Amino acid sequence: MSIEVKNVTYTYSPKTPYAATALKGVTLCIEEGEYVGIIGKTGSGKSTFIQHLNALIRLQSGEIKVYDIDLSAKKPDLKRLRGTVGMVMQYPEYQLFDETVEKDVSYGPKNLGLDEAEIKERVREAITLVGLDYEDIRDRSPFELSGGQKRRVAIAGVIAMRPKVLVLDEPIAGLDPKGKQEILALVKKLKESFSPTVIVVSHDMDSVAENCDKIALFAEGEIARFASPREIFYDDELLAKTELDCPSVVKVSKELSRLGMSLPSMPVTKAELIAALRERRANE
Amino acid sequence: MNNIVFGQYYPSNSPVHKLDPRVKLLIVLFYVVTVFFVVDYAMYGALFLFIVAVALISKIPLRVLFRTVRAVVILVLITSAINLFFTKGEQLLFSWKFISIYKEGVERAIKLALRLILLMLFPSILTLTTTPMELTDAIESLLAPLKVIKVPVHAIALIMSIALRMIPILMEETNKIILAQKARGADFDTGGVLKKAKAMIPVLVPLFVGAFRRADELALAMDARCYSSVAKRTKYKVMKLTVADLVAALFCLSVFALVFLNKYLWHFDEMILSLFH
Ligand SMILES: Nc1ncnc2c1ncn2[C@@H]1O[C@H](COP(=O)(O)OP(=O)(O)OP(=O)(O)O)[C@@H](O)[C@H]1O
Ligand SMILES: [Mg+2]
Repeated sequence: MSIEVKNVTYTYSPKTPYAATALKGVTLCIEEGEYVGIIGKTGSGKSTFIQHLNALIRLQSGEIKVYDIDLSAKKPDLKRLRGTVGMVMQYPEYQLFDETVEKDVSYGPKNLGLDEAEIKERVREAITLVGLDYEDIRDRSPFELSGGQKRRVAIAGVIAMRPKVLVLDEPIAGLDPKGKQEILALVKKLKESFSPTVIVVSHDMDSVAENCDKIALFAEGEIARFASPREIFYDDELLAKTELDCPSVVKVSKELSRLGMSLPSMPVTKAELIAALRERRANE
Repeated sequence: MNNIVFGQYYPSNSPVHKLDPRVKLLIVLFYVVTVFFVVDYAMYGALFLFIVAVALISKIPLRVLFRTVRAVVILVLITSAINLFFTKGEQLLFSWKFISIYKEGVERAIKLALRLILLMLFPSILTLTTTPMELTDAIESLLAPLKVIKVPVHAIALIMSIALRMIPILMEETNKIILAQKARGADFDTGGVLKKAKAMIPVLVPLFVGAFRRADELALAMDARCYSSVAKRTKYKVMKLTVADLVAALFCLSVFALVFLNKYLWHFDEMILSLFH
């Protein structure tokens, strides 16, 4: 079990006229090795939830356990927690600050208190992993890079801490289709290298259906459903209730069955759709 | 903070919230002048009761109102202490080594503290019941006559309102950046002053970069919509004086008049004292 969340409730600015309850009794378990998608309408509490996972937001009520770190403890080991859960916030390129890419990426590992050699090694590895040329880019200013490169540098800054859980808040927001594919491929690569557990907040149903093992569907601060993409996107009642859009693959499959050409299975990824179409043709 | 309002504004729909912001601003200006004419404790008490009454009408919890005094507590303590120790008088109350405290000093210290607190409280009601945008509009409207002598009143008001609009955005941005750097293991809470100041660099740099980016974008967007500071424009919210404004102004001004009458004609302190003799 890598993450255990029990009955977490959170209110912003409590006891003021601006009080806003963002989470209401959220309970969820995420196993090591899972690729979890978090979806839901804007304002449903997704960001609030993931910020709990590395104590950027302190627990008000409920329990959270990340591996053996208990966040409900009075003084959780924040340093270790933040080395364990790597958080890539929305538009991470806006947090770059140092003179050179190398210095910026080493900020995280330095805060963890690692020694020089180890930091250098990790920085080189992280920059290479995000698909940038280490020798070429290390001494450049992060402010003179392109948007896509900045985002990669920012992600490198997080993975240089080698987190076991990688959390990303809308990592593909504001990118062109090619940029999206590149970042998604990067996340996959990171999952295989050292962040076995990945949690992604996304409004892009196609990419969620394509990549995730499980999806947590948030609605008004509660988890409406925590299940596989298939169970969620083929549950018409749930989709209608939460005003959720379907991935294109599911739309195609539903349209086909409306036209009287039902597929033998319920595909959610492109590969599954192609396989289902092939199978249907073979059966004819 | 996704709200446009920020800072002290305490939303509620009380008669005071609905008053014309120009009237409220003028009343506060008169009030500030009035406070300097308060001479005796009876009048301090009267003004205090007046403030409590206005707060009750505004539906602002007294707890919230008095919290604003916290901002000046240190100032109050320091000025009172200076007056307490350095005022020379005739009636020596206490003396030890080089410290000597006179009755006049005690009195001055108390009066000064009361004055500062009163000076803080009533204007706080203004900021608690009026949004910064309303205040800017009020200032623009009150300064309008200066247009005759070519003061760019509208541009000044625009700068003020953009600045006000940017404060919550920058606050939100600061919060986001702080969170992002915390996620990268930043520690803003421990260490000495120097270490803490250094820890802020990763927050300040992106904040400034972002502020300049935003300023550029805003200027472009305004240009793209043909914004011109000399064009005649109308207001989205038109300020209009009502009977309520008149009543509020008369009520407040008559309270302030008491202070002046007291200073120059009657002396409540002596009247009250004479009741006990
Ligand atoms: N700093 C804050 N102060 C007050 N309320 C907040 C704050 N941040 C979020 N909220 C409120 O909490 C609720 C949940 O916000 P949250 O950011 O978690 O939503 P989200 O699901 O991430 O939305 P989005 O998809 O737009 O990012 C919203 O109603 C929002 O208005
Ligand atoms: Mg969000």
